[in-house]
Amino acid sequence: MSDLTKLKIAEARDGLKDGKFSSRELVAAHLTAMDSARGMNAYITETLDKAVDGATQSDDRRAKGDVGKLEGIPLAIKDLFCTKGVLTTAASHILDGFKPQYESTVTTNLWNEGAVMLGKVNLDEFAMGSSNETSYYGNVVNPWRRTTDDQPLVPGGSSGGSASAVASNIAMGATGTDTGGSIRQPAAFAGIVGMKPTYGRCSRWGVVAFASSLDQAGPMTRSVQDSAIMLEAMCGFDPKDSTSVDMAVPNFEAALTGDIRGLKVGIPKEYRLDGISAEISNLWEKGIEWLKNAGAEIVDISLPHTKYALPAYYIIAPAEASSNLARYDGVRFGLRVEGVDLDDMYSKTRGEGFGEEVKRRLLIGTYALSAGYYDAYYLKAQKVRARIADDFKEAYKSVDVILTPTTPSAAFAFGEKGDDPLEMYLNDVFTVPASLAGLPGISVPAGLSADGLPLGLQILGRPFDEETVLRAAGVLEQAAEFTATPTAWWRG
Amino acid sequence: MGMIIQGATGDWEVVIGLEVHAQVSSNAKLFSGSATEYGADQNTQVSFVDAAMPGMLPVINEMAVEQAVRTGLGLKAQINKYSVFDRKNYFYADLPQGYQISQFLQPIVGEGTMTIELKDGETREIGITRLHLEQDAGKSIHDQHPSMTLVDLNRSGVALMEIVSEPDLRSPEEAAAYVKKLRSIVRYLGTCDGNMDEGSMRADVNVSVRKFGDELGTRCEMKNLNSMRFIQQAIVYEANRQVDILEEGGEIKQETRLYDSVKGETRSMRSKEEAHDYRYFPDPDLLPLQFDDAYIEKIRAELPELPDEKKARFVNELKISDYDAGVLVAEKEVADFFEDVAKGRDAKLSANWVIGDFFGNLKRTGNTLSNTPVSAASLGALIDLVKDGTISNRTAKEVLEEMFDTGKEAAVIVDEKGLKQVSDTGAIEAAIDTIIAANQDKVEQYRGGKDKLLGFFVGQVMKATGGKANPGVVNQLLKPKLDG
Repeated sequence: MSDLTKLKIAEARDGLKDGKFSSRELVAAHLTAMDSARGMNAYITETLDKAVDGATQSDDRRAKGDVGKLEGIPLAIKDLFCTKGVLTTAASHILDGFKPQYESTVTTNLWNEGAVMLGKVNLDEFAMGSSNETSYYGNVVNPWRRTTDDQPLVPGGSSGGSASAVASNIAMGATGTDTGGSIRQPAAFAGIVGMKPTYGRCSRWGVVAFASSLDQAGPMTRSVQDSAIMLEAMCGFDPKDSTSVDMAVPNFEAALTGDIRGLKVGIPKEYRLDGISAEISNLWEKGIEWLKNAGAEIVDISLPHTKYALPAYYIIAPAEASSNLARYDGVRFGLRVEGVDLDDMYSKTRGEGFGEEVKRRLLIGTYALSAGYYDAYYLKAQKVRARIADDFKEAYKSVDVILTPTTPSAAFAFGEKGDDPLEMYLNDVFTVPASLAGLPGISVPAGLSADGLPLGLQILGRPFDEETVLRAAGVLEQAAEFTATPTAWWRG
Repeated sequence: MGMIIQGATGDWEVVIGLEVHAQVSSNAKLFSGSATEYGADQNTQVSFVDAAMPGMLPVINEMAVEQAVRTGLGLKAQINKYSVFDRKNYFYADLPQGYQISQFLQPIVGEGTMTIELKDGETREIGITRLHLEQDAGKSIHDQHPSMTLVDLNRSGVALMEIVSEPDLRSPEEAAAYVKKLRSIVRYLGTCDGNMDEGSMRADVNVSVRKFGDELGTRCEMKNLNSMRFIQQAIVYEANRQVDILEEGGEIKQETRLYDSVKGETRSMRSKEEAHDYRYFPDPDLLPLQFDDAYIEKIRAELPELPDEKKARFVNELKISDYDAGVLVAEKEVADFFEDVAKGRDAKLSANWVIGDFFGNLKRTGNTLSNTPVSAASLGALIDLVKDGTISNRTAKEVLEEMFDTGKEAAVIVDEKGLKQVSDTGAIEAAIDTIIAANQDKVEQYRGGKDKLLGFFVGQVMKATGGKANPGVVNQLLKPKLDG
């Protein structure tokens, strides 16, 4: 039997259906692969027993004719999703030993569709980061390496563990969460597909909150079709999340017709940043060409407030985080470092429990909400956010989707951008505006850099029009013919 | 009548504003489905949301929203069709989220008014600034472990209405009258049970003093007062403390003070400088509250008759005195009880019985209206016996006592004890004749002009009939016979 771990979800679905292999065999192949890929540090917790039990139950269900959308498919879960009885860390020391007594809505939906959990994957602490260097459980390594050197590279973040796991075939797909680019950027760095649906499409219930008005779960897979399949299983209205939207879930897979004739694709001029590498702009030009060749109409558009997106994001997200993370106080769960009194216990627990980047953002957020600064920072940032949303609304009067690069560069080496947080924050320059506007976006691997690293293109769509986004992404994927895979150095 | 503190430098006026926290009557908490029953075992009414577990999200309890709108309408206040929940951020062990979900800039209810009544019958209009919805915190228990504080989260997330008054109150009595009236209104509306001893209603009291005609002085706030007595005592102490400072040339520092009910004094808790910066911002987990006129009008249409309207009706339609009507409507249960008694009966007579002997007996037997041994129907039946002449008013008072003590119906007691008054003219006439015959001297004196002797003859007849003769019949028959 060929290596089952190389299959895409759609292929494995067919194989399982045709009885070529069982879910137990599929899962076993992944567990073996995980065993030999520990050097990548993608998983924080491997749930071996759960995986084997899940596969066995799935095979039993299949035998009875009870087959879900992801029946028997092994997935990795970003360790930001609460999983009942399974250690959930948010990659933070402060959640030491935390085993939730509840299961997030998104993972519940996946299990209800027959998916099998392989384990919980690594991320930047509390999803704050773009390189997966802030995890208490250590860096995740990108399976890709430059052709020019052997330096370990970052997988992007915050869903770095998800990206690495999917790219190195130790999960068929993974959940991610995207607050300012945390699905799309690591997907681009790891040469996979990552989709952030519209804010409100997936329930946030049971997902450890970073910035509530931005956080959105989504799939990370090795094909656009797989993302469509997985998204359909994940999303849906949830009365337990007041910001979840009560809309029917479309058949996303059926949207992948391959036909984009007449589709209007916007190219925002403000995304042509000074100093953007020729590699990135060339890839973007290629993308434009591919879509045009497929019958799309290319339209130049303007999103005039784009340059204010990053500063606004780095006010709003930390402001919400400063409040969301107040519950990690050592009183009820996770880490507690005893002190002489309550305040002392708080400062010792939070001082030891949070890492540097989390502390930095909590301080920024606390400052931005403080009396006397609120209007100048938080309120102003909200006004900017409204303008950015208006920019997109205006643009979508003349176009159906927008095409941009996903990131300003390919994956970088550890420590390369560690010293200057601002340089690190620039990684999100292409992904943040759509996050602020709550729009759906997808990153598709579209080519390799000169030193052999994957690069992604991003397609953004109208609110709740994931179908058109997926359709355009499918065409892009087909045209790009991206078949490169990383060398499995980790097995050596 | 405002409180005046006579100082060495002149008279001082006391200015008071209240923030009353009223627990919303609702089976569930403001943002979770947990029960809210009082007195449950510690930490038994706590959901994952109430304990602020990671990833948990609040979902608004529509009943609590409806109750807030209902209360706003009861306070004749502006209902805001668009309001926003904000997070009020601060750390405390019994505040699991690290923030309280409240309403800051855009509350659900805006300005309103309430009429308070004072002892001398004077009324005053007190302005309501706003009403907003917010979560209660849990409870820290400091005295059950030598070094640890224990936390009970049963109250965590319970829905509260914070009702803020304008600084329109001028004396401890007015403050108490305000709280009493507010309690009466929310009880009528069924939006809060008003039980201060269970913490369902508590008040933060803001006090300042000034010379008459001056600008408002600097205020101090005393938090969490849970009885009318404490509210009044705290105001008296605090106002005098402030006057003493000012008269000695000092300045009042704006601060939060604690009222120590054991020592009867207020102490500084934290100054303005030490005050928290709550970093309010709109809660991104919740959508703004929005509703239309139809929603408000539907609730308005279902409003019960409120104490002011009820009082007016009692006075105008039932012809009950202003004072009696005020007593009857203060508590909804009393008003309901009275209306049950008065149904199909003389309202004034019913009011007298309820306010007088009925309440007297309740008090004597240590009962309250909720567990009265004499129902409205039973009291009504007793009044009927008086009205139709079966027993005298005097006998009825004794019967009511017996009803309270034995739980028996009036008719049964009257029967058993043979208390039915004699209206049989033959029997009474016979008794009169005997008495006239035995007291001829007095008859002569009466006929000679000593009218007052009529009372003597009536008394003798009553005595001869064992007090059961109908006094009206006695009078009617006696007079012609005496007159000859």
